[in-house]
Amino acid sequence: MMTAAPDNVIDVRGLTKSFGGRKVVDSFDVQVPRGRIYGFLGPNGSGKTTTLRMICGLLTPDAGEGTCLGFDIVEEAAEVKRRIGYMTQKFSFWEDLSIRENLEFVADLYGLDRRKERVDTALQNLNLVDRQKQLAGQLSGGWKQRLALAACILHEPELLLLDEPTAGVDPKARREFWDEIHRLAAEGLTVLVSTHYMDEAERCHAIIYMSYGRLVTQGTVKDVIRGAGLSTWVVRGQNLMPLARELEAEKAVKTVAPFGDNLHVSGTDKQALEAALKPYFNREGLSWHEAEPSFEDIFIRYMADAQDNFKGAENGNEGDAA
Amino acid sequence: MTTSLFSFRRARAILAKEFIQLRRDTVTLRMIVMIPIMQLLLFGYALNTDPKHLPTAVISQDSSPIARAFVAGLKNTDYFSIDHEPRSEAEATEMLQRGDVLFVVSIPPNFERDLLRGEKPKLLIEADASDPVATSGALSAANGMMDRVLKEELKGTLAPLRPAKPPVELRLHRAYNPEGFTRYNIVPGLIAIILTMTGIMMTALAITRERERGTMENLLAMPVRPLEVMVGKITPYVVIGFVQAAIIVAVAWALFQVPVVGSLWLLAATLIIFITCNMAIGFTLSAAAENQTQAIQMSMMVTLPSIMLSGFLFPFRGMPEWAQVIGNIMPATHFINISRGILLKGSGMAEIWPHVWPLLVFMAAITLIAMKRYRRTLD
Repeated sequence: MMTAAPDNVIDVRGLTKSFGGRKVVDSFDVQVPRGRIYGFLGPNGSGKTTTLRMICGLLTPDAGEGTCLGFDIVEEAAEVKRRIGYMTQKFSFWEDLSIRENLEFVADLYGLDRRKERVDTALQNLNLVDRQKQLAGQLSGGWKQRLALAACILHEPELLLLDEPTAGVDPKARREFWDEIHRLAAEGLTVLVSTHYMDEAERCHAIIYMSYGRLVTQGTVKDVIRGAGLSTWVVRGQNLMPLARELEAEKAVKTVAPFGDNLHVSGTDKQALEAALKPYFNREGLSWHEAEPSFEDIFIRYMADAQDNFKGAENGNEGDAA
Repeated sequence: MTTSLFSFRRARAILAKEFIQLRRDTVTLRMIVMIPIMQLLLFGYALNTDPKHLPTAVISQDSSPIARAFVAGLKNTDYFSIDHEPRSEAEATEMLQRGDVLFVVSIPPNFERDLLRGEKPKLLIEADASDPVATSGALSAANGMMDRVLKEELKGTLAPLRPAKPPVELRLHRAYNPEGFTRYNIVPGLIAIILTMTGIMMTALAITRERERGTMENLLAMPVRPLEVMVGKITPYVVIGFVQAAIIVAVAWALFQVPVVGSLWLLAATLIIFITCNMAIGFTLSAAAENQTQAIQMSMMVTLPSIMLSGFLFPFRGMPEWAQVIGNIMPATHFINISRGILLKGSGMAEIWPHVWPLLVFMAAITLIAMKRYRRTLD
């Protein structure tokens, strides 16, 4: 069935997937509206890759249901595959094919018309016309990532699923990559991108935070920061590490994170935090001021929370859940 | 807009990709050509199930003309090379034990006298039968030699001592391979064995390689169907199979004068079926193998029984019933019969049909299994 442009490009509920008796994704719901860029965050092994794979039909969910571009993600996986672009975490194009051959191969598999024209255009956009005969395996990390993106959007998909696309890519290439993503989104492409970088999360229209297979929070970066109800004090001074250990022992302090010469001290109870920190305010060589919590403070707090919650249940390895 | 069931463009794209990758993989390309040539040279020049000129020790305690005629007779069969003359029986036994000789021929004292008296003296040949293949030809030749020598030596007044002529004359006709060359038998079988070995392994590797390099995830995320992947992946190796078969037949014919009696077209037609069987086996194995090492191990597991039980090395009819049943399941068994039939006996379709239909059934069944086992997801 072909529905007319549903509001939510991704609309899945209760997605669950276990590997070897371990629930990697646990009743996960997510809705992504058309034309938006959603950032997908969470610690390693939290189930982000597994979720992306279920959405694009590479894995069959144990439970749950949903649609992607109006097609059922299980029953109509073939239709979903034609209309989305999925960029894997590890470079997964053919290293023993040339850049051009890779693009031509992709064009053929999607049955695209005007193959030569499309591939030529893609090569021009990539600035790789001169190197089109070079083997893909000889490209550097940044170029591989650009090639992968070009190949993923060659068939003009309506949805892009990107799995940590900028891991191991230099800042300039990352900047260019995100400019490209925003340009595509402006043209109506929907993007769900998983990342570990805070600055990238802040470039998204909204973020989804996942931990141990469950949805922790979602919304715009502002909403998420406000929703976390975190208060943060910044302390500047010399020899902060012993102080950090002291502060961690305080009950009202949830996280202590060093940022260069600063320590970010955060807690969920504003008053209790202030009371706990008061004795330190007059210490010599320290300057204190209250600050808006950064997104990273929130992120670290969620990670700490999740670890506390699962410490009892989770014995042993927390492997990267495929 | 729906995804069509089979797209030639997608299958062709996979096919083109495989050819390009293969072209750049020079190690594999060299193996493809070298394996059949190496094997053929080894088997053709080194393997002989009817060995001649075997080391023999003779202890003769009788120096009469008849005793010497017997020794000369053994030499003339070409099977015995009399190069040891031990002085005692103990020394002869030791030679046999050490493996210096394969035969010890003992002629007792007063051999001629006893013969002339009609006392049936005993001529003893001890053989090292620990390798039956090595000695069986020589022993049957020794038997035949006996009659001939007696006929020549017992003349004139001694003629009555000749053995009576048997009332029936036995005539042997070694059809298709009068000289009994082992290589005539080996070469057509070698086509089957080499195609089994390389075919199964290369196909299994072609899929597991994608999984190991992570490109399988990409392939599965794109709208391509299992049958298209299979057709695209298998076709290059069918071509390779043909190249290998052509090399084997050409080298065998040019170097070893192996006769090519039947139709090469018929051989080519059956080759397609046989090669497809092997490719489908490889494809099925690749669904079970996680990485290339496992794929190679699994291919070995399938290939070994094909070498042992197909009648390539040992006579098929000599195997116990249960082994023949297993052998009959394997495509190599049937193709060996087909290629021996066509190349050596000039068989036509009618003669080889009993081996063609099992191949067709096997091909259909294993292709179905391969398609079923092919994983469309990463589950």
